[in-house]
Amino acid sequence: MLLLLLALGIIVISGCGALTVCTRPRLSSCIGAGGTVLGCAVGMIPALEVLLQGTIQSLRCAWSMPCGSFFIELDPLSAFFLLPVFLLSALAAVYGGQYLMKYKDTKRLGVAWFFYTLLVASMAMVCLARNAVLFLIAWEIMALASFFLVAFENEKAEVRRASWIYMVATHLGTACLLPMFLIFGAHAGSLDFDRFAHSLPQPLASICFILALIGFGTKAGIIPFHVWLPEAHPAAPSHVSALMSGIMIKTGIYGIVRMLAFLGMPALWWGWLVLAIGIISGVLGVLFALAQHDLKGLLAYHSVENIGIIMMGLGVGLIGWSAGVPSVAILGMAGGLLHVVNHAMFKGLLFLGAGSVFQAAHTREIDHLGGLIKKMPYTGACFLIGAVAISGLPPLNGFLSEFLIYLGSLRGAISMGADVAVPLIGAVAGLALIGGLAAACFTKAFGIVFLGEPRSQAAANAHESRPLMVAPMLLLAAGCLVAGFLGMYIVPAMSEVVSGILGFDAGHELKIAGGYLGSVTIASIALLLVVACLTLLRRFLLSGKEVGSGATWDCGYAAPSSRMQYSASSFAQPITDLFKMVLRTEKRLQLSEQYFPAAGAFKTHTLDAGFEKIYRPLFEGAKCLFARCAVLQHGSMHLYVLYIVITLLGLLVWLVR
Amino acid sequence: MGSVLETTMMLLILSDMALLGLSRLRTCIAVASFQGMLLGVFTLLAHEQALTPRIFLIAAVSFILKGFVFPQLLRRSIREASAQNEMDPYVGYSMSVMAGMAMFGAALWLGEQLPLTLAAGMHLVIPAALTTVLTGLFLIIARKNALSQCLGFIILENGIYAIGIVSVVEISVLVEIGILLDAAVAVVVMGVAIFHINRQFDHLDTDQLDSLKG
Repeated sequence: MLLLLLALGIIVISGCGALTVCTRPRLSSCIGAGGTVLGCAVGMIPALEVLLQGTIQSLRCAWSMPCGSFFIELDPLSAFFLLPVFLLSALAAVYGGQYLMKYKDTKRLGVAWFFYTLLVASMAMVCLARNAVLFLIAWEIMALASFFLVAFENEKAEVRRASWIYMVATHLGTACLLPMFLIFGAHAGSLDFDRFAHSLPQPLASICFILALIGFGTKAGIIPFHVWLPEAHPAAPSHVSALMSGIMIKTGIYGIVRMLAFLGMPALWWGWLVLAIGIISGVLGVLFALAQHDLKGLLAYHSVENIGIIMMGLGVGLIGWSAGVPSVAILGMAGGLLHVVNHAMFKGLLFLGAGSVFQAAHTREIDHLGGLIKKMPYTGACFLIGAVAISGLPPLNGFLSEFLIYLGSLRGAISMGADVAVPLIGAVAGLALIGGLAAACFTKAFGIVFLGEPRSQAAANAHESRPLMVAPMLLLAAGCLVAGFLGMYIVPAMSEVVSGILGFDAGHELKIAGGYLGSVTIASIALLLVVACLTLLRRFLLSGKEVGSGATWDCGYAAPSSRMQYSASSFAQPITDLFKMVLRTEKRLQLSEQYFPAAGAFKTHTLDAGFEKIYRPLFEGAKCLFARCAVLQHGSMHLYVLYIVITLLGLLVWLVR
Repeated sequence: MGSVLETTMMLLILSDMALLGLSRLRTCIAVASFQGMLLGVFTLLAHEQALTPRIFLIAAVSFILKGFVFPQLLRRSIREASAQNEMDPYVGYSMSVMAGMAMFGAALWLGEQLPLTLAAGMHLVIPAALTTVLTGLFLIIARKNALSQCLGFIILENGIYAIGIVSVVEISVLVEIGILLDAAVAVVVMGVAIFHINRQFDHLDTDQLDSLKG
C-alpha cells in the first residue's frame, strides 16, 4: 500500500515540478514524462502482486473532511483496473513528451504536464478510494484535469466548444452520483464503502442502480450519454485522447461494477437493460464511426462501440447472475472486464497512431490522407495490428474478450428458458453485427489512410515519427499480439476479480474457458506458421528475378490520379445507405445540367442523432428558461449587495425567531 | 463603569446616524475615523478586569488602523479623484437617518433574541454593533459613490469587530487579525479600483457600471 502511495506521490510531485519550470518546455516535459513513467512503474508492483495473489491491502486514516475518511483499499478488482491505468499512462507519457514538442514555442507545456499527472493520479485514486467523499473528490479532479487537457489548444473555437460540452456532460453525470451515494450512506449509516455492501432493500437498490448507470454511464460514454466523446476525443492532444479513451472512460465501468458488487443479487431486468444499452451503444457507435470523415472522430465513436461491448458482457453476466446460472454470470463478467483492458491497449495504440498520422500529415481528414504506409511503415504496421485487434479477430487480444461473451451468451441461450435465452441470443447477434461492422470500418480507415496513393500534398510529404513516439506504439502492438496468444493463462488469472464481484468461486469455469482459448491459440499459431511459410515461399519464388513496382490503383489508365481512388465515404456508402434510417446522413450533390461533364461537388455530413434530436432541444429549452432569470442579473452592484443582505437577514431572523 | 461603556455605545450609534445623515465625504471619513478610535478605546474598557498583552495589541492595532491608516487612504483617494460630495444617492439623507432608526430598533430586537451570554453592563453592545453592521450594509446599497461604498465596508467591519470584542476571549487572535487584514486589503483594493474607475469614466458613480454588462 505504501508503495502505491509512493507511486502516486511521485506522479503528482513530478507534475508540480514540471509546472514550476514551465518556461523551459524540454525540461518540464522530461520531468513530467519521466516522473509519470517512474511512478507508474512503482505503482505496477503492488497492483500485480494483489492481482496474482488475490490478497487485499487497505489503509484507513482519519480525515477532517465531514463524513469523509481517507480510506483506500487495493483488492483484485481495483488492481485489475489499475494495471491498464499505469501501463497506458506511462506509454502515453513517453509518447506525449515527443508529441508536445511541436507546441513548445506556443504553449506552456508544464501546465499540460501538471494536468496530465493529476489525471493519472486521480484515475488511480478513483480505483482505490473506499469512501464516497474521497471517491467524489478524486472523480471531480479527474474530470477537471481532463477538461483542461481537452482545452489544450484553447485558441480554437471548436476545441473550446468540445471542452465545454465535456464539462457539462461530466457534471450532469456527477449530479446522479451524489444522490446515489447519499441513499447508500443514509442506509448504511456511513459513507465508507465497506458498510455499503448488500445494505439496500429492493426498490431503493433499483433506484441506485439506475442512478449509477446514468452517472457512471455518462463518463463511460454509453448511448444516449455519449455525446461528449466524439467532441472531446478529437479536440484533445493525441496522447490525452489515448488516455481518456483508453482508461478514463473505463472508470465509469469500474464505478458500475463496484456498485453492482455492493447492490448484491440483481433483478433480472437490470441485466436486460444493461444488455440492451450495450447492444444499442455497440451497433450505433460503429455505424456512426463508419460515417465519420475525421480519423480521431472515427476512433471516438469506436470507443462508444467498445463500451457497448463491455456493457454487453456485464449485461450477460447480470442475466446469468440473477437467473442463477453461475457459468453464464462468470463468463459474461469476465468477458466484459477483460475487454476493458484489451480496449485500453488497442484503443490507446490506435489513438497514438492517429496522433502520429496527424503530426506527419497535419490533417485528421481521412479523405486527405493515403499511401502513408510507405512513408510511415512502423506507424502503419502498429495501426494495422490495432485495427485487427479492435475488430475482434484472432489471434489478437480483442478476440479473447469477445470470445468469452459469445461463450457465456451461447451457454445461457442453450440451457435457459425464453426470458433469458432471447436476450442472450440478441447479444450473440449484436456482437456478430458489431464485429462485422467494425472490421468494415477499420478496413476503410486503414485502407484509405495507409494504402493507395496520397490524396494531398501534405500526405505525400509525410514522414515517420520520432523514435520516442514509435516505441510506445510498438510496445502496445506487441502487447496486443502477446496477450492474444496468452489467452489460456490470462483468463484463469481473472478468477479472483470475478469471484470478488459475484461472491462465488469463478476459478473452475474460467479454467475451462482458458482451455478453449488454448485450442484457439494453437490454431492461431498454425495460421501464423502458414503465413510465414507463404511469405518464405514468395521470397523463394521471387529470388533471382526482377521485381518491378508501379503506381497503386493504376486501373489501366494512362495517367492515373490519386483522385480516382475510393474515398472514405464512397467505401462506406453501401453500409451507410443500408442504415440510413439511423444515420440520417446529409448528402449534397451538385452536378452540371449540361450534356458534357463539368465540375461537380459531392458532400456527406453525418450529425450525431443523439446530440441533434435530444440534447440540442433540451438545452435550448433550458436556455430559454434561464434567460428569464436574467431579470435578476442586471449589473447593478447595489442590488446585488441588497440580495445578499436580504438573504442574510432573512436567515438570521429565521434562526432567532 | 457600566455607564462609561454605555456612553461609548451611544457614541457608536450616534456616529452611525451621523454617517447616514452627512453628505460631505470628508466629514464622513472623519466620523469613521472617530468610530475607529472609539472601538480601540472600547476594547480596553470591555476587558478592564483582565487586561492582557493580547488585548492591548488588538486595541492598538485597531486604533491605529481604523483611526488613522484607513481614513488616510480614503482621503488620498478623494484627493486623486477630486470627489467631494455624494451626489444624488438612491435614498435621501433624512430618509437614511429614519432608516437608521429603524435599523436600531431591529438591532435591539435581534440583540434580545440572540443566544449570547454577556457580562453586566454589556447589554447595549450587541444592538450597537448590529446597528453598525446594518449601517455599513445600508451605505453600500444606498450610495452611488464608490468612496461611500468603501466607507460602508469599513463601517461594516467596525460592527463585526465590535461583536468580536465582547467574545474576544473565545475567538482566537488569528481570526481577529484575519478580519483586520481583510479590511486592510479591501480598502487598498477599493482604493485602486476607485482610482481606475475615476480615470476610466471621469466619475465614481457605480450605478453606471452596469453599462459594462455584455
